[in-house]
Amino acid sequence: MNKLVSNGIQPHDSAVKANGKKWNLMEKLLLGLSLDQYISQLFRNKFNWLLAIIFAIGIPLIIYRFIFGLGSVTHSSYDYPWGLFLGFGLFCMVPLSASGFMLGTTVEIFGRHDFEPIERLALLNGLLGYFFAVVFLLVDLGQPWRLSYPMVYSFGPAAVLFLVGWHVATYLSVQIAEVSTAFFEWIGFRRGYEFIRKGVIGLTVSGIILSTLHQGALGALFVYAPGKVHPLWYSAEFQWIHFFVSSIPAGLCMVICVSTIVILTMRWRCDKRFVDSLDRLTIALAKGAAMGLATYLIIKVIAVAHDNEWAYFATGWGLWWLVEVIGFVFLPLLILAYGIRHKFVTICRIGAFMTVAGILLNRLNTALIAFNWKLYQEIPHIFEVIIAITIFAIYVATYRFILNRLPILYQLKEQPMTAEATALEKEQLATEQQIPVNA
Amino acid sequence: MSKISRRKFLAGSMAGGAAVMMSPAKKALASGAFAGFPDGMGVLVDLTRCVGCRTCEAACNQEQKLPEPALPFDDYSVFDELHYGQKRRPTDKAYTVVNRYEPEGSEQPLYRKIQCNHCNEPTCLTSCFVNAYTKTPEGAVIYNSKVCVGCRNCMIACPFHIPAYSYDSVMNPVIKKCIFCYDTRLKEGRPPACVESCPQQVMTFGKRNQLLKLAHERISKNPDKYVDQIYGEKEVGGTGWFYISNAPFEEAGFDQDLPKEPIINNVKGFLAIVPMVLTIWPALFTGFHLLSTKGKSHGHGDEHNHDTQEDQ
Repeated sequence: MNKLVSNGIQPHDSAVKANGKKWNLMEKLLLGLSLDQYISQLFRNKFNWLLAIIFAIGIPLIIYRFIFGLGSVTHSSYDYPWGLFLGFGLFCMVPLSASGFMLGTTVEIFGRHDFEPIERLALLNGLLGYFFAVVFLLVDLGQPWRLSYPMVYSFGPAAVLFLVGWHVATYLSVQIAEVSTAFFEWIGFRRGYEFIRKGVIGLTVSGIILSTLHQGALGALFVYAPGKVHPLWYSAEFQWIHFFVSSIPAGLCMVICVSTIVILTMRWRCDKRFVDSLDRLTIALAKGAAMGLATYLIIKVIAVAHDNEWAYFATGWGLWWLVEVIGFVFLPLLILAYGIRHKFVTICRIGAFMTVAGILLNRLNTALIAFNWKLYQEIPHIFEVIIAITIFAIYVATYRFILNRLPILYQLKEQPMTAEATALEKEQLATEQQIPVNA
Repeated sequence: MSKISRRKFLAGSMAGGAAVMMSPAKKALASGAFAGFPDGMGVLVDLTRCVGCRTCEAACNQEQKLPEPALPFDDYSVFDELHYGQKRRPTDKAYTVVNRYEPEGSEQPLYRKIQCNHCNEPTCLTSCFVNAYTKTPEGAVIYNSKVCVGCRNCMIACPFHIPAYSYDSVMNPVIKKCIFCYDTRLKEGRPPACVESCPQQVMTFGKRNQLLKLAHERISKNPDKYVDQIYGEKEVGGTGWFYISNAPFEEAGFDQDLPKEPIINNVKGFLAIVPMVLTIWPALFTGFHLLSTKGKSHGHGDEHNHDTQEDQ
């Protein structure tokens, strides 16, 4: 697509075409390309081939799981009832999706409209992360068709999972409403857009409430297992606040990571506003993430002190804890701080990728690696790994599909740009050729 | 200006209010200490009497109509079975198992029967988001498979590694665990099949409170024989089934690090935060919004600044 654009093809980015006619839905879906152009660029993109290979292996396996049961794709472990589907799919995807409420708060509550170019990306990142966490959950549940039972049929209100279920469901609806503004713009439904915008403060505040509680609740779920989670990863008092606080740098850094990937691979879709403000915003997000990480680092140490667990540092588990906390919390904190201080965007991005890795490591440690530390380690079934990768690949594909189309990385214009203006922008985007567009 | 602010404030409060209505503010159900039903039944297991004959396993298999095991019940090679270095545990096809241990400095092996301990405040019950578990006044922890979604949180939560899951079932996988023979026996006041079948009188069935007295009596009469602990008297808030032993409990595979109070107590701190966040956050963040944007051009809703910008 980058290549097509540099050859002078103008993707769909405005309400009406150059000749003043409206785009129809099919044209919008094809990004304003002809069908031939669209298909040929699909085949040209090597990433699509990778996705195709993953889907070819993984999707039959997902079908296999639903025909032959969970036992056919996992080790059917009684000791590790939650494997990768929840350990990775739920416990990692949800903190990485905290971006929606973070940026929503920044822009809408604190009125920092300078963060607007990246707000929609953060909201979309949140929505998709939660949506696919639910997809992972559906694959993992023994009887997924009963998913609505805790909402409508049988209530266990004293359970933390009850809260998680309710809040994820409610928050998913809130996020759909938040992202729907972009969708309404794209299909040209102005009144829907205005209707949602009117309730945006209410939506954002409920987003903060729901996020505080269920990010924390995911941690509180493990408080039920004091004999199983290793004491260094267990804290009766602070578990929920560890999970909540760490979700803040997780969400912010995830936006940095996604925007990095986007600017490297989908530059054609980013408008000038996004490209010009990205460096400034990356550093601003990194600042937030660094503050979150510093807080997280301190409360992690406080929890060890609170329960007087220093003796564990003499064991292998203590060493592993130090690898996580020094290597993937303290080190990225230093890297981010250096990047912020010297305004090195690339350094900030490296720090962000490490922070995301650190959150993954922490959640996997709590849910799988340091779980049942007195028993044994379980290596997930190969089918379980493939299915987890496949669902993640579907997530990436959906993410890209939406970014390609909805006005997330660009603002929908009323009129297509004049040839001169587009050319000027192209120049600034460091595209070599200056070609007349709309020819 | 004040009109706009009020409307926004109301919108924020309404959203928060709606969240309160929808959310589990009924957590209070779980608060307060619960020491068990006064007439709840229990079983005292005296490990010193067990010879590892596995009769109880066979009785359970028959009573609960479980599938025939791979090895017959008089095959004692199962005591040497290791799964990932672990001895046997209850599964979806065996609700109780007996394991053999070799305590240090003892010539005699020690046998330990494992089944659901029927806690006073079961963690499986408190962790279940569809309320599938019930602690009956008779003392059993029973399970309703009709409402189970299959999240397996109870398996995570159980401190004794008891609930198993019928992973092989495609359409109706459910939790499988010992239910104290509730449906067939306990309801009528009869002891469970395993207790009745035991040729060694390892297990004594009775009211939990009285059995505790009996256990203390046995220990005080034979202080040289027994270690001075009743495993299950205090562990995780007390269990319906409890054990006395002649060897330290950790040498028979018991987890001695479990808290002495119900595990739900650990979670109550978080549960108490929930209604506070639901009540305080709406005002707090709507307040932040007003404080940080009032008097500035903050660009959306009625003023359309931001929207008109987009239109240009």
